[in-house]
Amino acid sequence: MKERLVQLDVLRYNPDTDTEAHFQRYEVMCQEEWVVLDALNKVKESIDPTLNYRWSCHMAVCGSCGMMINGEPKLSCHTFLRDYPGVIRVEPLTHFPVERDLVTAPDDFMEKLKRVKPYVIAKQKKPIEEGEYKQTPAQLMKFRQYSMCINCMLCYAACPEYGLTPHFVGPAALTLAHRYNLDSRDEGRKERMEVVATKEGVWECTFVGACSEVCPAQVDPASALQQLKIVGSIDWIVEHLLPGGKP
Amino acid sequence: MSRRPLIREVPPASWFFRHPRYLRYMAREVTSVFVGAYCVLLVIAMQRLAAGPIAWQEFLVALRSPVSIIFHLLAMAAAFYHAGTWFNATQKAMPLQIGENFVPGSYISGAHYLVWAVLSLVVLFFAGVF
Ligand code: SF4
Ligand code: FES
Repeated sequence: MKERLVQLDVLRYNPDTDTEAHFQRYEVMCQEEWVVLDALNKVKESIDPTLNYRWSCHMAVCGSCGMMINGEPKLSCHTFLRDYPGVIRVEPLTHFPVERDLVTAPDDFMEKLKRVKPYVIAKQKKPIEEGEYKQTPAQLMKFRQYSMCINCMLCYAACPEYGLTPHFVGPAALTLAHRYNLDSRDEGRKERMEVVATKEGVWECTFVGACSEVCPAQVDPASALQQLKIVGSIDWIVEHLLPGGKP
Repeated sequence: MSRRPLIREVPPASWFFRHPRYLRYMAREVTSVFVGAYCVLLVIAMQRLAAGPIAWQEFLVALRSPVSIIFHLLAMAAAFYHAGTWFNATQKAMPLQIGENFVPGSYISGAHYLVWAVLSLVVLFFAGVF
């Protein structure tokens, strides 16, 4: 198997001793078909056990290994060394507070996720005897793409709007709101739109489109947000301009 | 162990140099300045027209000046670019589902380009170009 000496510039920050972050260079023998996460694991095992970063599944499913690789938000378990011939710069996800080394604090994202109520809201629960809530394949396809989000937060790291105005609810949370709004079993659209159709919600989005370019799960959050703008506008017209209109 | 997260500030005036995709975005936003300026020009044209035949003739002469021609070329390029980004976005904003499948996005954007071309021809026809 082909091996290569890989050079990594990793951003280090220790909250107990540092006031600023600094880059540390590691040189480590790696196999050509490895991903950046493998290289970090090798560094941690054989050179520096104090290096901190998150990961779990190693297969682009859990969404916990997001970091900036040469300035681009990436899943490190899905970023192949062979695509990076030179020194590889590894930093924690931008726009999030750095807890330690490559570990960021996701608290803000978690709070925003909760705000959009990302679950099916049914006004009246069906008794169990009446059976399951049925859905046709066409009804499923309506929102399926938007249900593929793995909460990796790469879109937040890519979104300059979120970086500049942190109160922006942001791409993934708004996309999940849209996913549940589109679900035939759901009746929570009105509650969600109170968060979505606001200045902090979808109207903070200026359609940079970076979220969709970096999303590893092809969710295309930018499309969900543009659709939400149309939904929000129609609601507003119905409510304010049509006689007796209710959204 | 203390919890003392490090906040890395986003440079407020130079963030768009961080990645080419941000520069592309800024380019799109800047084109709207030309589109806006052209709208102002149209308002001035109406005002000149209302001011009488002499004012209108002077305005038409001014339009043929090199500065005006350069501005028109720039504004046209900007408007084309801006319109392109807009039409490309339509497939994201207005997906069309038929049964279980979605109509390919290129059809939706393509239809917008087509309508644009037809309307432009109609306008050019009424302007006496053909
Ligand atoms: S929308 Fe895509 S980039 Fe954003 S959190 Fe979900 S999977 Fe990650
Ligand atoms: S480790 Fe789970 S997504 Fe990378």
